[in-house]
Amino acid sequence: MRRRILWLAVLVSWVAVGGLALYVTNSPPKLQPATLGGPFALTDMTGRPVTEASLLGKPTAIFFGFTYCPEVCPTTLTELTAAMKALGKDADRLNVVFVSVDPERDTPEQMRLYLSNFDRRIVGYTGTPEAIARAAKAYRVYYKKIPTEGGDYTVDHSSAVYLFDRKGRFVAPIGYGEPHARVVEALRNLARTG
Amino acid sequence: MIRQTLPLIAIAALAACSAPAGPSKVTVADLWCRAAPVGAPAGGCYVTLTASANDRLVAVETTAADHGEIHTMEMDGGVMRMRPLKDGIDLPAGEAVALKPGGMHLMIIAPKATLAAGGSVPLTLRFAKAEPLTLSAPIRQVGAAMGGMEHH
Repeated sequence: MRRRILWLAVLVSWVAVGGLALYVTNSPPKLQPATLGGPFALTDMTGRPVTEASLLGKPTAIFFGFTYCPEVCPTTLTELTAAMKALGKDADRLNVVFVSVDPERDTPEQMRLYLSNFDRRIVGYTGTPEAIARAAKAYRVYYKKIPTEGGDYTVDHSSAVYLFDRKGRFVAPIGYGEPHARVVEALRNLARTG
Repeated sequence: MIRQTLPLIAIAALAACSAPAGPSKVTVADLWCRAAPVGAPAGGCYVTLTASANDRLVAVETTAADHGEIHTMEMDGGVMRMRPLKDGIDLPAGEAVALKPGGMHLMIIAPKATLAAGGSVPLTLRFAKAEPLTLSAPIRQVGAAMGGMEHH
């Protein structure tokens, strides 16, 4: 009986989160894991160590990308910047974090320079390749280094922004390409209720 | 002397007929580069190309950056994938081929100066058949909406 209830709970939560993901991102029906986020040990852009505990107490919007990315990352950061401006004071109640999936090129200095273009409240995290791999795994973020000609490489990566409440519990994703009004609404809800 | 130079002139004349005038001419529309954040190690440029005969965009060069590449980008279940197009881009005769946000683009790696809106980027497009084109691409700021209008 207990087991059955547990399974039912698992099923319900998967359907709920999956349905939410579907509703929010308009993406193909793909179940989102109910457990997202977890322990990490990274470095912020001033070189200070940060962990999952650094984000507790405030709701968080977090996404993974890299500064070499010409379109998805600057577009997402531009959108978040515009949304935070629209939120006004409410934006102060959020952590907004950009985590690099290209730690070899994205040093804390590079992250600081790159993020200086956007809302000052957006912070950048980077770390060793191993630490980034662990963090990406915790957040179930897919990324893969793809070699290109001349020893260069590009990085495939998940594009969604993930929202967490102040206790670090996953709330919802914001898909790439969401209309501005919906991004603002999602962040405002998070700031006021998360 | 005259006997020796005549065939050369003939060859030169032939070459003049076949190469520079070319079997293909490429027309360019909607050329622009995306303004990039300060410190961005790469930038994207977009263009619509129409070739008069079957041709291929094989390379992009710029003096404004370390080098240029031709890429494609796609969103696959929320994952952004970008790949260099080693063989360039096919330009079928008379067909407008659009390089635009969310898809094929020109990527300029390691810009020498920040790609700021209002500026421009000199680009040389090289083709399999047509003469190379050197153009100035205006730099434009892209609005805040993620992914632009074409997403939905």
